[in-house]
Amino acid sequence: MTNEEIVIAIKDIIATIAPDEDLSGLELAPKLRDQIELDSMDFLDIVMELRKRYGVQVPEEDYMELATLQGCVDYLAPKLGDKQLVTA
Amino acid sequence: MQYDTLIIGAGMSGLAAGIRLAQYDRRVAILERHSLWGGLNSFYKLGGHRFDTGLHALTNYAERGARNPLTRVLRQLRIPYEDLQLGEQGHSESVFLVDGERLALRFSNGGHLLREEVAQLFPSCVAGYDRLVRELPGYDDLGRDPAPPSARRRLRELLGEPLLVEMLMLPLCYYGAAQERDLEWDQFGVLFRSIFIEGLARPAGGIKPFLDLLLSRYKEVGGELRLRSGVERILLDGDRACGVRLDDGTELVADQILSSAGLAETRRLLDPQAPVADAVGRLSFVETLCVLDRPARELGIEATITFFNDSESFCYARPDDFVDLRSGVFCTPDNYAGYVDEEPLARVTLLADHGRWTALDEPAYRARKERTAEAALGSAARFAPDVRPATIFRDVFTPRTIEHFTGHLGGAVYGSPNKCKDGSIGVRNLHLVGTDQGLVGIVGSLVSGLSMANRYALVPSGSPS
Repeated sequence: MTNEEIVIAIKDIIATIAPDEDLSGLELAPKLRDQIELDSMDFLDIVMELRKRYGVQVPEEDYMELATLQGCVDYLAPKLGDKQLVTA
Repeated sequence: MQYDTLIIGAGMSGLAAGIRLAQYDRRVAILERHSLWGGLNSFYKLGGHRFDTGLHALTNYAERGARNPLTRVLRQLRIPYEDLQLGEQGHSESVFLVDGERLALRFSNGGHLLREEVAQLFPSCVAGYDRLVRELPGYDDLGRDPAPPSARRRLRELLGEPLLVEMLMLPLCYYGAAQERDLEWDQFGVLFRSIFIEGLARPAGGIKPFLDLLLSRYKEVGGELRLRSGVERILLDGDRACGVRLDDGTELVADQILSSAGLAETRRLLDPQAPVADAVGRLSFVETLCVLDRPARELGIEATITFFNDSESFCYARPDDFVDLRSGVFCTPDNYAGYVDEEPLARVTLLADHGRWTALDEPAYRARKERTAEAALGSAARFAPDVRPATIFRDVFTPRTIEHFTGHLGGAVYGSPNKCKDGSIGVRNLHLVGTDQGLVGIVGSLVSGLSMANRYALVPSGSPS
């Protein structure tokens, strides 16, 4: 997966978890929480979906790395590099 | 077959936990003794009419897009908000007889009407009321304080007017108190917010379409539901739960067990001789359901729900009689918005004594049900128009019915007065979900199922830590 595809993958997971949020204007740098309504339960869901779709384990101490889209790309690129994009 | 998680009971909490786990590919089965799912919130047909058992109201109303416990729960279950087709209450009321006069405190969704009514009826209490709303404990405060103060005492301090305290306690006790006479302050906060601030609504069609949504979601994500599969025993391996034995002798093995059976009931599943009297709830109800020949509004019934009490003080306790006629709940679901293509109904709920009802033989039981229905409707008719002349069919359920269909000892609708807020009952890999985890109502039960599933059955194997 390229970095662009990782962004698509994360947005697709968020769209599944929070279908009523508008994701079209999501930016890379600001915190996801400040752009859309996501609570800690939703972050747990992002982690669970990553595991389900790509077999990627995100330990609890690393949840903070996923706070922004850019953070997701940086953290997940080494883990998702050889994976194919899956969308729901 | 080896399961990741077995869930005892296909009520709201069990279904929510099941959905959550199956969604993330856990091998999960829900084991239900009866041939129908829903637990306390189920439905039945009699004489060609369909009745809901639990649902008077879905609490925690929120508009689409707003964030609150209801919409968060739906998001976690991945059930679209629109699918519920919620119809809001018009208004409801807490009505007391004071010196023979009817005094009504009305409330509707959003909390504004209640504040106006407080300002009008109890002008000196407004500042205290505003402070009460500001200081209400929330979900996050549940269980934080090991000995939460009494809600009545806190209310008296804040409001200073005993009658207002009673009028606020009445609906909250009936819709969620497992202990007699009082509520813990943190539970009061959750109930107050759910009922008086967020408010009441009803899914179109009542509980059945809602249960259908939950069940189809559960099946869609690959969950297994075994009906007519009562759990006779929880099996232990040393100090940890490792499986269950069903009524028919089948044994199932699992890493985790979530039990919605209740605290006392789960202890009995571990040890049939376990002394549980202290954990059995004392509060049960008799409900009379009347099918009406015309909409409630045509009978002059304006409120969706009338909580009534015939004196200045309200006693929420097991009655020293078959029922307590002094207070109760009168609900006409057709006063919810969006009530179409369903029969008009009226329901009267009274506090009841389980022991007296279960001691009767069959003929005496039937006769007592009829007598009680008449008395219940007569009692309610002191506070709202009499529905008896418009009634075309009637049924009654009692503590005996509740115990039979839910397995809750004592017919205790809100379970044990002792809640296990973290779900633990001292056995590894076994946790409580549902009423006895400390959350009540449909939304509370769903929250319970989801949070216990997240905490005990999902996260540990999801992250190595």
